[in-house]
Parts: sequence; structure tokens; C-alpha cells
Amino acid sequence: MKILETKNLVRRFNGVNAVDGVSIRIDEGIIAGIIGTNGSGKTTLINLLSGVFEMDSGEIIIEEAQKLTRILPYQISLFGITRTFQNARLFEQMTVLDNILVVVTERNVFNSLFEKHTEYHQNIAEEVLQKVGLWEKKDQLATNLSYGQRILLEIARTLAMKADIYLFDEPFAGLFSEMRKIVSGIIRSLKQENKTVVLVEHDMGLIRDLCDYIFVMDEGKLLAEGTPACVLEKTEVIEAYLGE
Amino acid sequence: MEYLIHLAILFAIYATLGLSLNLVVGYTGLLSVTHAAFYGVGAYATAILLTKTGVGFFTSVIFGIVIAITISFFIGVVLSKFKGDYYALGTFGFNTIVFAVFLNWQNLTRGPLGIPGISRPEFFGIDFTNNFTFLILSLVFLSLLYFVSRFIAGSSFGRVLKAIREDETAIAVFGYHTLYFKLAIFVISAAMAAVTGSLFASYITFIDPSGFRLMESVFILAIIVLGGLANLRGSILGAFFIILLPEILRFVGFPADIAAQMRQVVYGMILILLMLYRPQGLVGEYKL
Repeated sequence: MKILETKNLVRRFNGVNAVDGVSIRIDEGIIAGIIGTNGSGKTTLINLLSGVFEMDSGEIIIEEAQKLTRILPYQISLFGITRTFQNARLFEQMTVLDNILVVVTERNVFNSLFEKHTEYHQNIAEEVLQKVGLWEKKDQLATNLSYGQRILLEIARTLAMKADIYLFDEPFAGLFSEMRKIVSGIIRSLKQENKTVVLVEHDMGLIRDLCDYIFVMDEGKLLAEGTPACVLEKTEVIEAYLGE
Repeated sequence: MEYLIHLAILFAIYATLGLSLNLVVGYTGLLSVTHAAFYGVGAYATAILLTKTGVGFFTSVIFGIVIAITISFFIGVVLSKFKGDYYALGTFGFNTIVFAVFLNWQNLTRGPLGIPGISRPEFFGIDFTNNFTFLILSLVFLSLLYFVSRFIAGSSFGRVLKAIREDETAIAVFGYHTLYFKLAIFVISAAMAAVTGSLFASYITFIDPSGFRLMESVFILAIIVLGGLANLRGSILGAFFIILLPEILRFVGFPADIAAQMRQVVYGMILILLMLYRPQGLVGEYKL
């Protein structure tokens, strides 16, 4: 099943087409990579898929059924989508534990007023924080975490959502090898659980290693798509990355 | 002794106002300077009902809450279009509008003449015309609203408010319609301010629009910034210092002809120094 699809997605900023008629189709349960040079529109595409930016035109189709011409940020979790940001956006003045609890507790305003987090919520938080090795730091403020720990906490926050589609925007950037192993392991385990991962990444080694299918973007357009082995050999892709 | 009781009542009133404003500014990160407007709505509701109709104090409090909820709902919807500094400017505008209504709707509010002769509450055989009993009533209100605030801050709702303060877009992508949360806390806070306004009107027994101008909102904001944002004890501590500080400065011994102005200068200096060296306030958990 195609779990996530876009049709002619367009987003302009001051007359520049950051995403220019992009159509992609992603199968359920795969790791799909999005690669491209800086400014090629990868993060804009993720922002469109997660409702952070409004699309100017085009369509997002979820599970071959939900056709959306407009999607708002708070709606994406209803469609089973969660995401990380290129620069980790944590709730800085809240503890590591609260950064997780806040995404697993009640969404309804009235109900949330009368809810305190329970053992159930605490267990989810413990499970995901153990997975990224941050349980020991649960009482620290997020702002006091190191760069790598911040990335891990952001990933833990998405894991707590138990979503179907994970949009990871450069989760390996600036990580040491030990942390890269943790993140790779998490992405692989999501695939094993038949979850779908959309991974924006620059590291071609990781792309070859992790991804089942990749999309190459260049100046807002989709330049090529296919398996990593096939796409990364294409002349136009090599030219886009390395120049003629 | 009577003067100390008067100060203690003022402290209780301003601490209560600080608690309610802290929910909006400290916990949610919305810089609101319109709190005096809702405080005024409660005060006028009580003043008008007690002087023109035969209803009791508590009925007037409920009436004030309902009006404050209605007004704050519409103001909150409009303010939801703004963020950051523009939000603050928007609240600034609304305080000015509400003040203008108090001043100019003379058939109802008597405008600048104000409303005198507001009675003190009396129930269960307790007469609150006595300042000491009124102090107890004020402290009961303070305790009640403290526990309401603590309940809100300690709930899942309170945690979402903090997340909105930290990064509204980030919390939105996790499924929260942040507008509803911001609107809800704005309305709750306004209702709490209206309760305090009713208490104030009944204590002072005379109100006029000058008590609810923009500067009063700034004064309440100063209480929570001084005491500490996102910390309920900070609101109480801030009120304690801001109400008592001018009294302490009376003993400094400034020349009589400039004493009042000098007290204001010292008062301002202390606030500036605090902002320079401890911007999160005395016990704050968040800085603007």
C-alpha cells in the first residue's frame, strides 16, 4: 500500500519555488530517503507533509484514502504522522521526562485539565527514554542536554507517539558514531515494526545502508527516484551533487 | 494595626491577581497587559449590582465571572491572531478600550465620578465590614485561587501550556490545537481576575476607572516578573515585595518634599537591577 503520496506539491517563497510540482509515492513499511543539495527543498517538503507550511497547490494523499489539499500541524498526528526538526525543537525549560509526557497525555482541553499523568504515561516515557539512553537524565532540563542528546530526545518524542509514518529531518547531522548507531538502530527497528520512515539525509553511506528507496531533489524539483544503488549511479544525480 | 491589616488585604488581592496572570504570562508565555480590564469588569459588576439591585455579594461575583468570561473569550479569539510583541500590543489595546468603556459609559459606570457606597459582604452571620474579618475573607479567596492555579499548573493541561510557551509549532505537530489551550487559559485567568475585582470593589467600597487603567496591568505584570514567572509562589512573593516595599521605603528618611518621588525612583531602580541580574525574578522558572 502507498502510505504517503504527494501530487504536484508546490510551495513558493517570494516568487521562488522551494517545492515545485513534487510527486512522490512511498510504500508502507519502508525507509525512504530524501537527498539533495542544500536549498533543494527537502526540509520544505517535510514541512509541507507535516503541515508546518501550507501548500500553495497540490495534494497529499495518506493511505490511498485521505486526499488533503490543506493540512494543519495539529492534524498530522490524526493521520499517524510524526516528525523531528532539522534543528531540534525541544521544550527547553521543561524536563526531559516532561518533553515526553506532554506528547502522550490528553489532547482535549477539558479532559487535560482533569488529567494528571499516570503510570501508563510514565511507562511509555520510560520505554522510549531507555531506548535512546536518556532515562537517567529524565529530571534534567532539556536545555542542559548536549547536542547529541537533544537529537535523541527529539527522536524519543516521536517514538512515544507510536505513529505510522516518521519524518526524520537530518537526524544524524553532527552526531558521534555511538549516537549514530543508536539512531540507525531505532530507524531499523521501526522498519521491523512495519512503520514507514522518511529520512532526509546528506550522508550517502547512511542512505545506501538504511534506505530502501530514495528521492533526489534539486532546486525544488524531483530529479530522480529509485533504489539507492540505482539512483546514486545516475549521471544527473552525480552532476547535481558534484557539479559537471 | 488597622494599617497593617489594610496592607495585608492589598497583598492578598494583588497576590491573587498575580496568580491568575502568571498562568497566562509565566506558564503559557503570552505577554498580556490587559489583566486590569478583567479585574475592572469584576469590580464594576459587583459595584453596579450591589448598589443598584438587591443581589448579594456572591451573586455579583458569579455575574462578574460570566461577563469576564464572555469578554475575554472574544478578546482571546482576536488575540490568537497575534504572536510575541504584537500579542502584547494587542492586549495593550484591549485594556485601553475597556478602560474607555468604564470611563464613558456613564449611565452604567458613572464614568469618572465612580461608584460609591459599595457594601461589604455579609453571610453566615459573619459581618465583613470589619477589616480583620475581611482580611480572612481575602486570604480564603487567595488560598482558593492558589489551589485552583496549582491544580491547573499540575495537570496535563498545565504541561501543554508550558510546551506552548517553549515552542508552539513543535507542540502543535504532536496533535495539540494550541489555539484552544491559549484561549482556555486566557478565559480562566480573566475569570479569576474578575473574582479579585469583586473582592477589591467590596473592600474599597468605591471604584472609579482610574484603578483599571493600563498602568494597573503593568503593575500586576511587575508583581509576577519580580516574584518569578511560571512559579505560583513567585506571584505571592512578588505581591509581598511590591506592596511592602513602598512602606519599607517610608523609613529610609528622604526629605519630606521629595519623599514620594524618591520612593518611586528607588522602587524603579530595584526593578531594573533585578531585571539586569535576575531576569527570571526571585523564584521564577522562566524568563521573558
